[in-house]
Amino acid sequence: MENLVNIFVKSVFIDNMIFAYFLGMCSYLAVSKTVKTSAGLGIAVIFVLGITVPVDYLIENYLLKEGALAWLSPRFADVDLSFLSFIIFIAVIASMVQLVEMVIEKFSPALYNSLGIFLPLIAVNCAILGGSLFMQERAYNNIAEATAFGLGSGVGWFLAIVGIAAIREKIRYSNIPDPLKGLGITFIITGLMGIAFMGFMGIKL
Amino acid sequence: MSAEKEPLFSAKNIKLITDPINSNNPITVQVLGICSALAVTVKLKPAVVMAISVMVVLAVSNIVISLLRNYIPPRIRIIVQLVVIASMVILVDQVLKAFVFDVSKQLSVFVGLIITNCIIMGRLEAFAMGNKPWPSFLDALGNAAGYGIILIIVAFFRELLGSGTIWGLKVIPESVYDFGYENNGLMILPPMALIVVGAIIWIQRARNKKLVESN
Repeated sequence: MENLVNIFVKSVFIDNMIFAYFLGMCSYLAVSKTVKTSAGLGIAVIFVLGITVPVDYLIENYLLKEGALAWLSPRFADVDLSFLSFIIFIAVIASMVQLVEMVIEKFSPALYNSLGIFLPLIAVNCAILGGSLFMQERAYNNIAEATAFGLGSGVGWFLAIVGIAAIREKIRYSNIPDPLKGLGITFIITGLMGIAFMGFMGIKL
Repeated sequence: MSAEKEPLFSAKNIKLITDPINSNNPITVQVLGICSALAVTVKLKPAVVMAISVMVVLAVSNIVISLLRNYIPPRIRIIVQLVVIASMVILVDQVLKAFVFDVSKQLSVFVGLIITNCIIMGRLEAFAMGNKPWPSFLDALGNAAGYGIILIIVAFFRELLGSGTIWGLKVIPESVYDFGYENNGLMILPPMALIVVGAIIWIQRARNKKLVESN
C-alpha cells in the first residue's frame, strides 16, 4: 500500500507528465485559455489514463512481452511480440476512448455534456500513449502499481493544465511585449512552473 | 496525369517547402508537435536523429495517405491514418534499435510518441487528404524541416550552455573553466527547453510582426 502511494505521489509531482516529459503539450497549450474547459479536459485525461494504463499493462504482460504467451501453451514460451506494442497500444487507446465516450453518454449525460468535445481529442494526446509507454519501460510489478501510475500521471496533468489556465486568465491584464503575447509567454510560464515543480524532486513517502 | 502538368518545382511547390520553415513553422506558429520536440533536445545528436525520424515518418505517411485519399471512407479516416503512422514508426524504431542503439535508448519512449505527434496527424488531415502525392511529399519535407530546425537550434544552445559540448565534442576550452566559468546545469533540466523555445518565438515574432497574437 505504501508503495502504491509512493508511485502515485511520484507520478503526480516528480515525474509530472508536462513539466518533466512535456507530454500532452499540444492540447495543454491549445485548451488552457479558461479554467473551466481545462478542468474538463484534465478530468477526461485522468479518466482515460486510469483505464488505458491498466488495460495496456494486461496486454503487455499476457500478450506482447517475451514469454508472455506461455500461459497459452509452452510452445509459445519464446515468442516476443513486443515490436507490435505501439500499434496495439494506440488501437487500445482509440477504442477505449470510444468506449468510454459511449458509456458516459449512456449513464451520465451531464458528465458527457461537460466532457463531450474533449474525449475524441484525447485519442491523439501524447500523454495517454506516453503513459502506456512509460508503464512498459518501467515494468511495474503488478496491475495495482500500473493503475496508481496511470491515475497519478492523470492527476499531475490535471494540476498542470488547471494551474496554467488560472495564470493565463490573469495574465491577460498585464503588459507583455507584443511578440511574447499568447504562445511565447505561455511557454515561459510553463518553464517557470516546471522549475517550481522541481522543488518536489527527491520527496519519498 | 492532368493535361496542364505543372513543373516539379513550380513556385507553388517551392513555397510548400519554404513556408513551414519560417512564417508557418509547425512548432512556433502552428503549435504542433511540441510534446516530443522539447524532451529530446538536451543533446544535439538525439535531436538530429529525432528530426530525421520525424521527416521519414511524415514523408512516407503523407505519400501513402495521399495515394489512398480517394479510397478512405471519411468516418474511419483517423484510424486509417493512425495505422499508417504506427506501422511507419515501428519500422523507424526497429531501424534505430539496429543501427544507433545508444541514441535509441536516449530517445526511449519518444520514438513511439511520434505516433501521436500532432504534426503528423495535422499534416495528414490538413494536406495529404486533399492533395496529390508530390505536393504532399514536399509539404512533409517542409514541415519536418521546420520542426527539425527548431529542434536543432534548441539542442545547440542547451548542449553548448549546459554541457559545454557540441555533438559530444568539447568546444569551450579548459582555460575558460580555469577563469571560473561553469556549465549552466539549469540548461540540462527540462524547464529550460520551454524557456528557450519561448525566446525563439519572441525573436521570430519580433522580426515578423504579422505573427503577433492579439490578446
